[in-house]
Amino acid sequence: MKIIVPVKRVVDANIKIRVKADASGVELANVKMAMNPFDEIAVEEALRLKEAGKASEIIVVSVGAASAAETIRTALAMGADRGILVKAEGRVEPLAVAKLLKAIVAREEPGLVILGKQAIDDDSNQTGQMLAALLDWPQGTFASKVAVDGGQVEVTREVDGGLQTVSLALPAVVTTDLRLNEPRYASLPNIMKAKKKPLDETTPEALGVDATPRLEIVSTREPSGRQAGIKVASAAELVQKLKTAGVI
Amino acid sequence: MATLLIADHDGVRLGDATAKALTAARQIGAPVDVLVAGDGVAAIAAQAASLAGVARVLVAEGAVLANLLAEPLAELVIRITDAYTVIAAPATSAMKNALPRVAARLDVMQISDVTKVLAADTFERPIYAGNALETVRSDEAKRVLTIRAAAFPASEAGDANAPIEALPAPAASSTSRFVGADLSTSTRPELGSARIIVSGGRALGSAEKFDAVVAPLADRLGAAIGASRAAVDSGYAPNDLQVGQTGKIVAPELYVALGISGAIQHLAGMKDSKVIVAINKDPDAPIFQIADYGLEEDLFTAVPAMMDALA
Repeated sequence: MKIIVPVKRVVDANIKIRVKADASGVELANVKMAMNPFDEIAVEEALRLKEAGKASEIIVVSVGAASAAETIRTALAMGADRGILVKAEGRVEPLAVAKLLKAIVAREEPGLVILGKQAIDDDSNQTGQMLAALLDWPQGTFASKVAVDGGQVEVTREVDGGLQTVSLALPAVVTTDLRLNEPRYASLPNIMKAKKKPLDETTPEALGVDATPRLEIVSTREPSGRQAGIKVASAAELVQKLKTAGVI
Repeated sequence: MATLLIADHDGVRLGDATAKALTAARQIGAPVDVLVAGDGVAAIAAQAASLAGVARVLVAEGAVLANLLAEPLAELVIRITDAYTVIAAPATSAMKNALPRVAARLDVMQISDVTKVLAADTFERPIYAGNALETVRSDEAKRVLTIRAAAFPASEAGDANAPIEALPAPAASSTSRFVGADLSTSTRPELGSARIIVSGGRALGSAEKFDAVVAPLADRLGAAIGASRAAVDSGYAPNDLQVGQTGKIVAPELYVALGISGAIQHLAGMKDSKVIVAINKDPDAPIFQIADYGLEEDLFTAVPAMMDALA
């Protein structure tokens, strides 16, 4: 069984982002980029399934500018087998990404597509569900446990109030939540090896997909800041203040 | 044209998130129908019908809808979207799971986590964990929205008595099956709708101390219990208590942060609380920069002192 893992290049999670002065978006020039953390978890889960003998090949796909090839190389250095870069400039929305992935799924015929549940830049949380809908496949989103057994995958999902387990017939789409696993670091020899792994390039046109954004981003702004209040000297004073404020 | 709001519920009662999302749906300006899907949900439908501003309640009942799995729920919604321009739902885990499936089937882009309705086609939503706010406009034939409930007040339950109409349930999915659920049972208020939340961080040091310190204060205040991601990852608290960008987004009247430093991802989940209290022995903890009342003290002495002051 092949597994496809889509990965997105985003601003590194440890960087504090800044909104551009003209409100046209978030400043991305000269900012450290990295693989979306949820996607790293997806790569790790695919690797574990391969190591357990449940998968034969892991194909990493990224949609974006030429620089997204670096993100694919990172996944190859972790242990994925080959990469596909769908070259697209500018903003590509989740619906378009889902359509591009559908076209790649039609070529590769994987048993599983494992995606991060959301990207930490636009926080949309849509691509996996949309891909499942377009393919008419079942979905196991926000996974904290994935168990493949024969033609089925059992996915334990993080839901409001606790956990929910669903059983899906393969092929299926799974999206990862934070506690699914701890992604490995790529070793230096594996980083060297990754440079020789195959990385194909294609385009939305070649895949027959119109990737034009549907939504117009009118403006982007910083949230209105919250002012620091006062320091109190003791727990007793704190309780007094809260009573005066009428919140307890 | 009308707006369809998909209700979330736990099988027993209508979630508070739905009453809040209803407020956002009403701001769009069209009549709002509420869809209640589930198994044995007549009482929930009646509850929805009593909310102010509901034009009609549609009820679909059947075992296939019992756990609001995405596949059958999306199938149900798709059948009735012809009559609606806007399809909305609170951004709960069940709806975040199902709604993009609806959007993809309709070939429209979803707008996730709406925090403000600026016009019928223009919305504000947070990006980068709430570190920026984006205004987006959609000129598509239909608009699919998830609503961040914490950003809107709940629509009142009143004397309203909207008509209730039944819909047939969709056929069961042949590829997706509910196996089980492990939901925490608590007598405390639900985290997403609690008036007061007491939240614990890494400084608690262990699951035992988390329970011994956070729980009594929460119970004294009638509060829900929350936790930072650091506390959850360290195993001090179960993951469904996590407040933050990757957990629950909350906005209670009072948020008490115990031993929480205030990482960006935590602040994104609670910074819209009305009053924030921070108790931390580290004077440089970033949480103090957004707290209305800060107490620089070890939480293990401060919390017992608070309990005494509350007695």
